Amino acid sequence: MIDRIDALRSEAEAAIGAAGSSQALEAERVRWLGRKAELRNLLRGVAQLEPAQRASVGRVANEARQALEALIAARAQELEAAELDARLAADRVDVTLPGEPPQTVGRLHLVTQTWRELEEVFRGLGFTVLEGPEVELVHYNFDALNFLPTHPSRSQMETFYTTAGHVLRVHTSPMQVRAMEAHPPPLYVVIPGRTFRRDSDATHTPMFHQLEGLAVDEDITLADLKGTLLESARQVFGADRDVRLRPHFFPFTEPSVEVDVSCFRCGGTGWLPDGARCPVCKGEGWLEILGAGEVDPNVYDFVDDPRYDGEKVQGFAWGMGIDRIAMLKHGVTDLRLLFDNEVRFLEQFG
Amino acid sequence: MRVPLEWLLEHCDPGLDPAGIEERLTMTGTKVEAVHHHGVGALERFVVGRVLDAQRHPGAERLSVCRVDLGNGETEQIVCGAPNVAAGQLVAVARPGAVMPDGTTLGTARLRGVESHGMILAEDELGIGTEHAGIIVLDGGAEPGRPLADLLPIATEVLELEVTPNRPDCLGVYGVARELHAATGAPLGPPPWAEDPGTPGAVAGAEVVVEAPDLCPRFTARVFEDLTIGPSPPWLKARLLAAGLRPISNVVDITNYAMLLVGHPLHAFDLDRVAGRRLVVRRARDGEQIETLDGQVRTLDGEMLVIDDADGPTSIAGVMGGARSEVHADTTRVLMEVASWVGPNIHRTSQVLGLRSEASARFEKGLAPEQALEAQVVATRLMLELTGARLVPGTIDVGGPGPPPATIRLRSAKVEGVLGLAIPIARQAELLRRLEFSVTVAPRGEAEEVGLDVAVPPFRRNDVTREADLIEEVARLDGLEKLPATLPPRRGAAGRLSTERTLRRRAVDALVGRGLFEIIGWSFTAPALADRLRLDPDDPRRAFVVLENPMSEDGSVLRTTLLGSLLDVARLNQAREAADLRLFECGTVYRARDGGALPHEHRSLGAILTGRLQPPSWGTPEPPRASFFAAKGFLGAALDAVRIPWAVEPAVEPFLHPGRSARVLAGGEPVGWIGELHPLVARAWDLADAGAFEIDLDRALGHATAVPQFEDIASFPALHMDLAVAVPESVPAAAVVDVVRRAGGELLETARVFDVFRGAQVGEGRVSLALALSFRAPDRTLTDEDVTPPRERIVAALADELGGELRA
Repeated sequence: MIDRIDALRSEAEAAIGAAGSSQALEAERVRWLGRKAELRNLLRGVAQLEPAQRASVGRVANEARQALEALIAARAQELEAAELDARLAADRVDVTLPGEPPQTVGRLHLVTQTWRELEEVFRGLGFTVLEGPEVELVHYNFDALNFLPTHPSRSQMETFYTTAGHVLRVHTSPMQVRAMEAHPPPLYVVIPGRTFRRDSDATHTPMFHQLEGLAVDEDITLADLKGTLLESARQVFGADRDVRLRPHFFPFTEPSVEVDVSCFRCGGTGWLPDGARCPVCKGEGWLEILGAGEVDPNVYDFVDDPRYDGEKVQGFAWGMGIDRIAMLKHGVTDLRLLFDNEVRFLEQFG
Repeated sequence: MRVPLEWLLEHCDPGLDPAGIEERLTMTGTKVEAVHHHGVGALERFVVGRVLDAQRHPGAERLSVCRVDLGNGETEQIVCGAPNVAAGQLVAVARPGAVMPDGTTLGTARLRGVESHGMILAEDELGIGTEHAGIIVLDGGAEPGRPLADLLPIATEVLELEVTPNRPDCLGVYGVARELHAATGAPLGPPPWAEDPGTPGAVAGAEVVVEAPDLCPRFTARVFEDLTIGPSPPWLKARLLAAGLRPISNVVDITNYAMLLVGHPLHAFDLDRVAGRRLVVRRARDGEQIETLDGQVRTLDGEMLVIDDADGPTSIAGVMGGARSEVHADTTRVLMEVASWVGPNIHRTSQVLGLRSEASARFEKGLAPEQALEAQVVATRLMLELTGARLVPGTIDVGGPGPPPATIRLRSAKVEGVLGLAIPIARQAELLRRLEFSVTVAPRGEAEEVGLDVAVPPFRRNDVTREADLIEEVARLDGLEKLPATLPPRRGAAGRLSTERTLRRRAVDALVGRGLFEIIGWSFTAPALADRLRLDPDDPRRAFVVLENPMSEDGSVLRTTLLGSLLDVARLNQAREAADLRLFECGTVYRARDGGALPHEHRSLGAILTGRLQPPSWGTPEPPRASFFAAKGFLGAALDAVRIPWAVEPAVEPFLHPGRSARVLAGGEPVGWIGELHPLVARAWDLADAGAFEIDLDRALGHATAVPQFEDIASFPALHMDLAVAVPESVPAAAVVDVVRRAGGELLETARVFDVFRGAQVGEGRVSLALALSFRAPDRTLTDEDVTPPRERIVAALADELGGELRA
C-alpha cells in the first residue's frame, strides 16, 4: 500500500508540475486530492489494516497529501504570476499619446502676484497691510499732503474729478493721514491699491497700482528709510542689489528723495557681458523705483490727533508703483498689456 | 529746462566733463534728464577763412567761385551761393569732414562742374541763428585758420534738467550755476546783475500805478530811447537756440536772454504805443476783453489782473502781452517791464483762460520780488550794449524788495536725528553758505543746544521756511550719499494682514487652483453699459460715479459691476482666437451716494466662463462646456474654500437667461447672482453662451468661518441609505433637501442629491431626485430599526409639503 501511495504521489507531482493554467491545476487538484481521488479513498482503507501497519501507512499517506497540497499552492502562485504577466503584457497602451489633461491650472494676474509679493516683503519688515478708498476727498488726496493750491497735479488735466467734487486718488498717499487718524503712533503700515491719473502711453495708464509705506515713531530716520528700502529691494530684485537716494521734491516729505535700485540685469554696470548696452536700465546702471522721504512736519498738522506732533514724532513714507516693479522684474515693455488681459499674456505669469 | 553747458560753465566751471556735471547735479537734486548735443560736430573742421577773390561761376549766375585763405599756407576753392560774398571778407568755413547740425558730414562737392572744397557758412547752417540770406561776415581781428569755435558758440552740450516745482530759482542759468557751485565747491562767478548801469528814482515821461498791490508785490520799469530794432549778435542767438527759444529781434531776444539767465520773465512795451505813457495794474472787469499777442480775443473776469494804458487793457499781467503795445520793427522807445505777480493768481488766470506761456509757467511757481530788479539790470546792460539805446535816468520801482528773509535755527542734534547721520556743524555751515544762506553759529541757550542761525536768501524765501527745509539742504549736498542703511526700531510693530484679506486671498486662490485666470479690468466704463446689460431704470447699478473730466465717453463713469469688464475681456480674447475662456476678477466696484458722501466701494468677485471648460483630448474629445452648473461649481469652490455657508435660489437678473439664473445667498444674506448670460447680452459682446457669477465679496466674507471649531469625530460608523423621490418639476432640489434635513432629525448627518431623472416612469411634469442620506449617532452604531422613524418622517414630510412620492 505504501508503494501504491508513493506511486500515486510521483504521478500526481508530475501532473501538477505539468498543469499549464489555473484551470488545469484545479482539475489536477480535484483529480488527486478531490472527493473521488484514489489517495483519499486509500486512506479510508487504512482502518482495515493491521495496527502495526496502520501508523506507517497513515503517516506516508498524510505526507503525500500535504506534499501535494503544498505543491499545488506553489504551482498556483507560479501560474497566477505568469498569467498576470501575460494579461498585463496584452493590456498595453501607447504611452506616447498625450496625457489626459487634469484640471487646468489658472493664474493670478501679474499685478496681483507682485502686489502680494510686496505685501509679504513688508510684512516681514514689520509693516501692517491697510486699504483705503479709491474715490477720495480732495482734503486727503492733496490738502492734507501739503500740496499748494497751485500744484499742477490738482489740475483737471492731470487728475480725475467726479461730478460730486471728489477725486480718483492720484496716489495711495491719502492713506497716510487716514492711517494716522485711525491708529496712534508707533505706526508701521503699507497700503497697496488702485490709483488714477489722466495719462496714457506705453508707461502710463489712467489706472495703475501703487503701494504706500509709512513708518512713524519717535526717531525714525532717513537712514532707516534707506535700510528698509534696501532690504525690500534685495528681496524683490536679488541679494546683490544696492540702492541710492537722490534728492527730489514732494510736497508731503522733507527731505524728499527718489530711490534707485542698481540694475538687476547688468549688475549696475550699464553693460551686458557681450558689450551691449543694458536694455533694462538703458545703460544707466540704476533703475528709479520710487519716491520717498521723511514725513513733512506740515502733514502731521493735518492729522486730527495731537499724538502726531512733528516735534515729538518723525517718520518716513514712500510710494512705489506695483505695475512698474512688475514690468521691470519681468521685462514687460508696455504697461497697457497688463490691462488688456489677453490670456496669452496672463498665462505667462502668476 | 534746457541749459547750454557753455553758458553754464561761464558762471561756474568745476572742470568736469558733461557726465561728471550730470552726476553732481543729479545726485544733489537737479536731475539731468538728458544731455543733448547742439550745433555742429568735428569742431576742428570749422575755421576762419579770408576770401581772396570771388569769381562768377561760369555755369551758374548765382554762384561764386571763391579762393579762400584758410591759414597755415592753405588755400582752397569753395563755391558759394550767397549774394554778399566778396573778396577781403573774413568768413566762417566748414571744411570737408565737418559735421553739420543736422548730423550730415560735409564732403567735397561738384557744383555745376566746379569743385568746392568746403562751404562758406550762413548763421542757420551753424545752428546759431535763423539768418540764411547771406553768409556770416566776421569782424576784423580774426586771422585765417583760427578755429571758428573760438569766436562763435557753434557747438555745446545742452543739459535738460528736471527742475522741481519748489525751485523756481533754478529756472535760470545763474541759479543752476549756483547749484553746481554748491554741489562741487567750484568757484561761482559774480552775479550778472552785480553792476547796474541804471539809477534809482522817477523816470521822466513814464508812470506806473499799481491798484492791486496784493496781487502785484513789485513792478519795476525802465525806459530806453533812440534804440534800433535789428537782429541780435550770433552769440546771443546761438544761446537762445541752444536753450530752445527762437531769436526774433534784439529787444525781444534780450528779454528772453535775461529771463533764461535770471529766471524771471520780462516784457518790453513800445512806449510810443502806450497811450498816455502811463501803465495801471488793476483787476479786470467781469467780461472785459483783450486781444493777446497770439491774435486771440480773451474774455476776463474780476480775479484777473490787466495792465491798462489810457486806451484800456494792453496786457494780461504775468500771462501774455497785448498786440497793441508790442515791439515793432520801427520801435525806437521801449519801456521794459519786470514785475512780480502772486503765483496762485497767475495759475488761476492761466487755468481759467486755458492760456499758458513761458512767463505764466514761471510766475505761477512764485518768484522773488528781488529777482525782478536782477532781470531788469541784466536787460539794461544788454539794451545799452546791443541796441544803441540810451537809458532814461531813473527806475520805476513800485513795491520794492520782498520782506526781510527769515532766520531759522538749525539744531545739530535735529540734523542727526532726522538723517541718522552726523554732519559736522562746520560742514553744515559751509554747504549753506555756498547756497547763499547767511550762517552764524547760534548762541548757546539754556538748552545747551548746538546749532546754526541761518538766514534764507530772498530767492529761496518760499521754499525754505522751517528747520526741516534746512536739513534737506544739508542732506542733499552732503548726506544722502553717505547715509548708512539701518532698520527702524519697530517698537510694538508686527506686520499683520487682516483676516479679511487673508480670506480674500484664499477664495481667489481656490479659483486659480481650479483653472481660472485672473484679470484686472478698468475701473472706468461707459454709461451705456447699463442699457447693454438691460438694467431696469431704477436698478441700483445705474447709480454711477460720474467723472467731471473723463479721458473718453467710454470711460466716463466708474463701474458698478464687474460684468462689463469680464465681458469686454472675453470679447477681446475671442477676437484673438481664444474661444474657451475661464476668467475672473476680484476688484472694486463703485456706487454713487447722495449728499456729497464718498461713493460706496466694495470688493467684488466675478467670473465668466465660455466655450469648453477643458481642452479636448483623445480621451475626452467632448469636454463639458460652460453652463450654469459649471459656474456654480466654481462659485462653490471659492465660497467653500473660506467656509461660507451658501445657497442659491431662483431669481431673475435682466442680463441672465431667465430660466437659468439665481440669487446667491451667503449665510442667508443675498450677496450676488449666478447664471447663464441672456442670449441678447451674449450677442452684444459677440459671445455664444456663457456662465457667470458675481458676488459682493466683502459681505460674503462676513459669513466666513475664519477659525473653525473642532467637532468630535464620531467613532461609530454611519448608516448610508439612498432615497428616490418624485416631485413636481416646479419644486427646486434645494427645497427637497431642505425638507429632508428638517424631517431627518438629529441622526441625519448629510443629505445630497446625486441623480436627477425625468421620464415616463416618473410621469409628466414630475422629476425624480435621488438622494444619498447618511445617519450617525455619537454614542452607538445605528441599526436599521434606529433609522426607520426618521426615514418615515422624511417620506411623510416630502409627501405633505412637496407632493413628493417615494419611488422604488
